[in-house]
Amino acid sequence: MSSLNSPAPLTIVESSIPDTPQRRRNRTTRIKGRRAGFWVYAGLGVVLIGSLFPFYWSFLIGSGDSTTINDPDFSWWPAGNFLANATTVVNDPAVNFWPALWNSTYSSALIAAAVVVTSTLAGWAFSKLKFPGSKALLVFVVATMAVPTQLGVVPLYILFSDFGWTGQIGAIIIPAITSAFGVFWMTQYLRQAVPDELIEAARVDGASMIRTFWTVGVVAARPAAAMLGLFTFVTAWNNFFWPFIVLDRRDPTLPVALSLLQSNHFVDYSIVLAGVLLSTIPLLLLFVVAGKQLVSGIMQGAVKG
Amino acid sequence: MTSTQTRPTESAPQTDQAEPPARRVRVLSFRQNLSRWDLKVSPYLYISPFFIMFAIVGLFPIAYTAVISLMDWDLVRNSGEFIGFDQYAWILQNPQFWTALRNTFSIFLLSSVPQLIVAIFIAAMLDRNIRARTFWRMSVLVPFVMAPVAVALIFSNMFGDVHGLVNGILTDLGLPAVPWHKDPFWSHVAIATMVNFRWTGYNTLILLAAMQAIPRDYYEAATVDGAGAFRQFLSITLPSLKATLIFVIITSTIGGLQIFDEPRMFDNTGEGGPAQQWLTITLFLYNIGWGEWNFGRAAALAWILFLIILVIGLINLAVTRSLVRDEGARNGRRKKKGVRA
Repeated sequence: MSSLNSPAPLTIVESSIPDTPQRRRNRTTRIKGRRAGFWVYAGLGVVLIGSLFPFYWSFLIGSGDSTTINDPDFSWWPAGNFLANATTVVNDPAVNFWPALWNSTYSSALIAAAVVVTSTLAGWAFSKLKFPGSKALLVFVVATMAVPTQLGVVPLYILFSDFGWTGQIGAIIIPAITSAFGVFWMTQYLRQAVPDELIEAARVDGASMIRTFWTVGVVAARPAAAMLGLFTFVTAWNNFFWPFIVLDRRDPTLPVALSLLQSNHFVDYSIVLAGVLLSTIPLLLLFVVAGKQLVSGIMQGAVKG
Repeated sequence: MTSTQTRPTESAPQTDQAEPPARRVRVLSFRQNLSRWDLKVSPYLYISPFFIMFAIVGLFPIAYTAVISLMDWDLVRNSGEFIGFDQYAWILQNPQFWTALRNTFSIFLLSSVPQLIVAIFIAAMLDRNIRARTFWRMSVLVPFVMAPVAVALIFSNMFGDVHGLVNGILTDLGLPAVPWHKDPFWSHVAIATMVNFRWTGYNTLILLAAMQAIPRDYYEAATVDGAGAFRQFLSITLPSLKATLIFVIITSTIGGLQIFDEPRMFDNTGEGGPAQQWLTITLFLYNIGWGEWNFGRAAALAWILFLIILVIGLINLAVTRSLVRDEGARNGRRKKKGVRA
């Protein structure tokens, strides 16, 4: 079936193991012994409904009008006002929908690209190059994953207002262009994806370090880089705390714009939820295109446990 | 380093033929020098972008936060006056801090515990031999792409006290309506539901990956011995998941203690409720820092939050270490014996 049949890290390891009768037998046993019955599908069906219901609910309310929510003859069938409500959101000067959409798109893309570059470089050094202090530095990187965002926001805010950067999108990009998680993720991936002999061979042939990185490291890192980029993009897109603090309300990202929907302007939930669904559509489209990769990426990251 | 130093003897003949003998020594030594320099410096060059940026936007702010937390910060002059630990004392004596701490832990427990239990069971279902695997796996992750702010807005609507969907269903069933926004406990349940909605699928996939790494022979042997599906789940699946479970617990602890988006969006004032029913530590930090514009106190609170996370992280780490070692031994020999017995 699909490449998702087994988790990604196993495919890397397993592909190097010859297919012995023992392994073949295990696979058959697994298929015979653990065939799913009706209740498994029923359970998964419930989970599916739970996952999708809030989307439907925002469409249902978002396609009604201000009276829908307290209508005694409540209908589970959507009314026809979604486009009208969405238009209201898009055209509302207090929400700044189009600037927010643009800001979210390019800031998330830049952050994802920067994280992929810095993480691949550092991950390559940590996994495949031997240098004094590498172990201690890697432990340090991993330890910083426990540092909460909140610990940096006060001085960053002070610094950025000194520079006159508050309200600028740069203020949310700059602090996000490195990721300890990204470095760790790339290190783990490259450690198993590239055999040491390959690097030695390249060195023997006279390749410089940067050439080895480019021809061996970058090529091997590509799948992991794609997943890291995707994951970082989603995280950056959904980030709220720091953008909410540092961005100007007139030039927000989408989550900040969404928060304005509720805060003072609207009490009309049909418009609020139409806006919510509207702002979610770009990432839903991304998920339809690349959800499979996101799923296998998360499953691959899991092995680090 | 060792790798290339042993090699030149092998590669030397090739370069020998390419270079005229007279110039050989000088050229090679220059190349070797360059190569050795390359070898020594390159790793540091590769990690430097990360570390330079991290020093500027990560380490420096942490230290600076510590400095600011000892100050009475003046926003107009944009400088502070040293006052020692007064800001910490102010926070620790403030009843709102203790309410926020209680709320944060309550929301954290109400979200992480049920979430992990449900995630394990969903992962166990996905681990079975099912049709359309990719479809089901993707379906559990859909909520993850929705912004927490968006999730909070939808669920705040569903948990409305008067016209909310949940109370509507409860009253239709003849049950009393729940005061989602008045009662602290129920507001925590509502906020935890938002967190659970978004993160259960993510944790499911992490646990699923760990489940798929369990050798299938264990299940085979258990089936031969007549153990049922549930028994196998308890005796094989759960023990093998320990390390991953603790990893998931640590990450959700770090995230859970920082919760901000959902409580901020739970009503339209964003203050954490009229009686601080759902005020969390980060929400409190925001209110102090960007509501009252007192950066000294916000910085002190940030450090207190960090210390709380650190203490809990270290406890988790200690537990992890002992459990992981335990599991390693079992993987070696004891487990197979245990299953056979």
